Amino acid sequence: MSVLVFVEGLNGEVKKSSLEAASYGSQVAQQLGTTTTAIAIGDVQEAALAKLGEQGVSKVLYDGDSRLNQFIADAYVKVIAKAVQQENAKVLVFSNSNIGAAVGAKLAVRLNGSLATNVTALPTIDGGSFVVTRGVFSGKAFADVALTSDLKIVAIKKNSIDITSGGGSATVENFSADLADADFAVSPKETVMQDTNGGVLLPEAAIVVSGGRGLKGPENWHLVEDLAKELGAATACSKPVSDMDWRPHHEHVGQTGITVSPNLYIAIGISGAIQHLAGVNSSKVIVVINKDPEAPFFKAADYGIVGDAFEIVPKIIEAAKALDK
Amino acid sequence: MKILVCISNVPDTTSKINFTADNKEFDKNGVQFVINPWDEYALTRAIELKEAKGGTVTVLNVGEADAEPNIRKALAIGADDAIRVNANPKDAFFVAQQITAVAKENNYDMILMGKESIDYNGSQVHNMVGEMLGIPSIVPAFKLDLVDDNTAVLEREIEGGKEVVEVKLPFIASAQQPMSEPRIPNMRGIMTARTKPLAVREPVGADVKADYVNFSKPEKKSGVKMIDPENAGDLIKLLRNEAKVL
Ligand SMILES: Cc1cc2nc3c(=O)[nH]c(=O)nc-3n(C[C@H](O)[C@H](O)[C@H](O)COP(=O)(O)OP(=O)(O)OC[C@H]3O[C@@H](n4cnc5c(N)ncnc54)[C@H](O)[C@@H]3O)c2cc1C
Repeated sequence: MSVLVFVEGLNGEVKKSSLEAASYGSQVAQQLGTTTTAIAIGDVQEAALAKLGEQGVSKVLYDGDSRLNQFIADAYVKVIAKAVQQENAKVLVFSNSNIGAAVGAKLAVRLNGSLATNVTALPTIDGGSFVVTRGVFSGKAFADVALTSDLKIVAIKKNSIDITSGGGSATVENFSADLADADFAVSPKETVMQDTNGGVLLPEAAIVVSGGRGLKGPENWHLVEDLAKELGAATACSKPVSDMDWRPHHEHVGQTGITVSPNLYIAIGISGAIQHLAGVNSSKVIVVINKDPEAPFFKAADYGIVGDAFEIVPKIIEAAKALDK
Repeated sequence: MKILVCISNVPDTTSKINFTADNKEFDKNGVQFVINPWDEYALTRAIELKEAKGGTVTVLNVGEADAEPNIRKALAIGADDAIRVNANPKDAFFVAQQITAVAKENNYDMILMGKESIDYNGSQVHNMVGEMLGIPSIVPAFKLDLVDDNTAVLEREIEGGKEVVEVKLPFIASAQQPMSEPRIPNMRGIMTARTKPLAVREPVGADVKADYVNFSKPEKKSGVKMIDPENAGDLIKLLRNEAKVL
């Protein structure tokens, strides 16, 4: 028996969200008195995989088939299913990324497992019972869910588990599921990557700087971008901002956009409508900068500044520049 | 073209979320229910495709009788007929099995639904149905067009970018903004919806694999600390030394 963690690579490195998944998996393995294996695919270096030992992974199975650098659900499912069988895994851990949620759902059907996505905390394990906590009602509540099948599959919400360190080095073994052409039948014709602000992906980011209609126009976005750059943050925006094409759609957060849960969310000129909050309310610390003291966002904030963003944000950028990093 | 659109009946976004006294169940008291906003993108796109190419749009809900007003709303927006599987939708696996059972009896060319429901935020059902039916699932898609009678082209979000995927029918896709512009039903739609067929059927026996045992609410924030705008730069010090997030 073991715990198996699915690891995604990006530009040679292990994604931050996968380090979180590995940390989660190892803590579960400890509770169960077993070991943690990772199954890794895609564009990632052997040295980066060996470092997963830091998070308590003892062995990494690596399928270096370059066709897997793109997300092909059927092929991914086949590779992971084979690893589950080989390792006799009873717990399978993903990050709650588009890929993790998709592959997790397919594997739950194929391997007859119980699945919980959007998981925010370590499980409570008591004899045969395995209960996880997951976010529900768009950040307004949590649910405890008992996973009743033999195989438990969990997808961990980003930024909700601390990355552990202090372990040793993991051994890396080559792994192959003998994929056939048919496994790649549904392949993308084209992949377009976005420009990210300094390479920080919004859903993974630990810090997010976000702008709303209060910034008046796209020509003022240097305020958001400069602050983000100083803080190593990703940039985001409210819905009207992307609807007016001031910013691209993939930056839109909220109920109809993406959900983020960074350690720090800085909202500039955003009123804090409930649909916006739905996408950001599980951020650990929220800063609101708004000229209207009655803006609803202040009720959800940890720190607030009432005033004109055009005067306030430059002062914050200056202070951030002075910070030794 | 036969399109199946799955809709769920969810608390309106502005609702206060409460649970029964023992925290075992969601408290529906005083809550207004709406069609899951993500499902509306799927529904409107299905109706647009029908208007352009002909065919039918069937809506499917796994839910109890109190979902019917929103099923009628989907009919008023332009779906042709509806099916309600009469059951309390217990977990994603259960719902996926109900949808699969309906899909197996009717050869739909495509099955569409929202990328997730805003109540249980699972993002599971579409991929489970795809796997159960053995057809591709393209999720989460924000663009969907037909190339010809057998082929569709979709754009889906991937982390850090997007992919263009061409796929043969039948397939399943989940919708997100800006796949379509959701519509408000007009008077004529509301009138005709009353007489459109709404079939109720009983669920197929299906296991529940994720058992909701307890609900809780996040701790309330301790209140906002206001910073003097004259010294706005102090924010950075507080974020480092007090909040410890820098
Ligand atoms: C079904 C539905 C789904 C939705 N989904 C989303 C979603 O996913 N995400 C989302 O964001 N919204 C969503 N909305 C829209 C949401 O209700 C709000 O309309 C939107 O969030 C408002 O954006 P905003 O705060 O940028 O703009 P506004 O509400 O116009 O607020 C601008 C704010 O900027 C402040 N301001 C103006 N000038 C300055 C200045 N110089 N300095 C500082 N502050 C200034 C103002 O005081 C105001 O508070 C949705 C709405 C519906 C009905």
